[in-house]
Amino acid sequence: MLQAGPPRSGAAAPGAFVERVRKRGGARKAAPSRSTAYWQASPMAVVFFIFFVLPLVVTLVVSFWRYSEYAIIPAFTLHNYAAVFDKCVSGLPKLCTTFSTYLSTLKFCLIVWAVTLALGFTIAYFLAFHIRTLTMQLVLALVCIIPFWTSDVIRMISWIPLFGRNGLVNKALLGLGVVSQPVEWLLYSSFAVTVAFVHLLTAFMIVPILNSMLRIDKSLIEAARDGGASGWQVLRHVVIPLSKTGIAIGSIFVITMVMGDFVTIGVMGGQEIASVGKEINVETGFLQFPIAAANAVILLCVVLAIIYGLTRFIDIRKEL
Amino acid sequence: MTNKRSGPTRRKVLQSSAALVALAGTEAITGFPAVHAAEPVTLRYLGTAVNQSTDIAKKVKEDIGITIEYVPVTTDVVAKRIITQPNSFDLVDSEYFSLPNLVPSGNLVGMDAKKIKLADEITTVLSKGVIDGKAIGNQGTAPFKVFYLEGKHSKKFSKTPTEWLTLIPTTYNADSLGIRPDLIGRPIKHWSELLNPEFKGKAGLINVPSIGIMDAAMAIESAGQIKYGDKGNQTKAEIDKTVDILTKAKKSGQFRAFWTDFNESVNLMASGEVVIQSMWSPAVTAVRSKGIKCDYVALAEGYRGWCSGFALPRTLSGKKQDAAYEFINWFLSGWAGAYLSRQGYYSAVLATTKKFLKPYEWAYWYEGKPATEDIHAPNGTLIEKVGAVRDGGSYDTRMSRIACWNSVMDENEYLITKWNQFIAA
Repeated sequence: MLQAGPPRSGAAAPGAFVERVRKRGGARKAAPSRSTAYWQASPMAVVFFIFFVLPLVVTLVVSFWRYSEYAIIPAFTLHNYAAVFDKCVSGLPKLCTTFSTYLSTLKFCLIVWAVTLALGFTIAYFLAFHIRTLTMQLVLALVCIIPFWTSDVIRMISWIPLFGRNGLVNKALLGLGVVSQPVEWLLYSSFAVTVAFVHLLTAFMIVPILNSMLRIDKSLIEAARDGGASGWQVLRHVVIPLSKTGIAIGSIFVITMVMGDFVTIGVMGGQEIASVGKEINVETGFLQFPIAAANAVILLCVVLAIIYGLTRFIDIRKEL
Repeated sequence: MTNKRSGPTRRKVLQSSAALVALAGTEAITGFPAVHAAEPVTLRYLGTAVNQSTDIAKKVKEDIGITIEYVPVTTDVVAKRIITQPNSFDLVDSEYFSLPNLVPSGNLVGMDAKKIKLADEITTVLSKGVIDGKAIGNQGTAPFKVFYLEGKHSKKFSKTPTEWLTLIPTTYNADSLGIRPDLIGRPIKHWSELLNPEFKGKAGLINVPSIGIMDAAMAIESAGQIKYGDKGNQTKAEIDKTVDILTKAKKSGQFRAFWTDFNESVNLMASGEVVIQSMWSPAVTAVRSKGIKCDYVALAEGYRGWCSGFALPRTLSGKKQDAAYEFINWFLSGWAGAYLSRQGYYSAVLATTKKFLKPYEWAYWYEGKPATEDIHAPNGTLIEKVGAVRDGGSYDTRMSRIACWNSVMDENEYLITKWNQFIAA
């Protein structure tokens, strides 16, 4: 309860202030505040413009250019987009490369999101409500996060000796007599990709959800209990609604990372499973920048659409 | 080894930058640009890690005083850099098969044959596609097809010899399939074995479209399913059929995994996940040096050849250009050739390489004779014991049996689309 108090008020105050300033145009306060605010925001704006807006605009522009093997020709064409969606409509019901790739990526997205959400929520709930002391909470939160100080490639690759044909799991299964032949689907399969994703991304769910949960005023829960709510009802009507922001932020992390990934799918899927990222990677490798740009723009639109959908359910800004 | 080097290098960088500052000062005051001559030259060497050895850089520094600064990237990125950032390097180690994409950009210049002392001694395997007077396979982007430019700044290849060379060859080899003889237990003699259902779930393929499709084509042709006009330059119909066959094999579970990185192929093989796959010769050596049996088999249909070489960017001039030529001349003069030969590559000028290899090494690597002493890699790892013979035999035998070369096809764009389809299938 103690630790829940200060961060909440601390975080709420600036939000309320901004709200007030926005409503009244900041005119009530000292006059120079407006230009000062712009100056203060300008370094971030410049960095944002140079490293985010500009490259994005270039990508968008290039996606409409023609190209040959060795040159990009600045002439407007829709050819790249047409190439990405080649036979996507006319070829139905047979799925074209783009559709089947997105379908496969979306499938991973959904499974990984559901699993990391369930895991992340449970772990965060445990940390926030079942661990009594702040020290212990910190220690356990660190235990969840410390593995992330190592490279994610290392964490991914460490599954290989476990899942391999001659790996630990197969040796154990063979030794126990559960199977007579090594299980092949453990590695270089959708299963392996999913496990690696869950392993890599669960912390991205835990941290924001934990953050939201720590800010829940415990007296609310006590009040619910006093009002006769069961544990399930408290969870359903108090904890979950108040953790929504954390859930949304965690979901955005997980979804964007799965959608743009090509390393995990490549390594754990034995490069036999397609991903949009890998497609873009191959295309740039062969100097087909415009078509890669078109693919990237489409990917961006899809991810933005998903996140837009998400924010329809949860207003992240309101809760921050 | 790498750690030992990083210290002095950093210090040297600091020293030379301090020297540079001092120099800039003196120049401003005295106005003697001649001072420049005393300053050591640094060449930024862009290439794949394959030929970039710290030992070579050390030896160059000792012999001719040029500092080599390696920029190690993957094959794709080498090509990308040449096209998009031609000012980011002073010397590039590229591959002949990329040239049809790179030369038309005009970012590379022809190398002046007059400045390359041993230009005439470069093996005819590469310059003419001939060995001992006999023509070798010329499917794909064979080096001799793209060996000369029409002029220094020309964007066209010359069919007849000129004094402007596209690349100066560094290393080349004949690639084949790697197998685990202990897990297969019978001789492998044909490329078709790659798609043999006997190895279902235990085959591997390189996931670089232009190379993967050729390994596949070798296998498919060997199985008698398609007869190609030119495996290295397939028609749309041929690509369609090839990808169809591959897709069927993939769906039936033939492939355990695909790989793009050299080390991935080593791990797949060493862990026994895969028992037969496309492989590169140093990867086979790497598996063997772990004490695991791995053969680079000589197959009846021949090899897939490749060759890399030095090129200079258009922007290079003056002292750096002279240094680049000096370095290339040094590279051909034998030490580097011998060094890379011990890793299983071949060198461009055989006569000078022979001088720097011990007679038993030459006999093993180039003449296909049984080793009379233990064969070691440059870093001292034992590769073969006395009595071993190189897979595929002598230089002449291996080179004369090249069936096709790494290539960029006319239908490259179509190939990439189809390959992505195959991966997504």
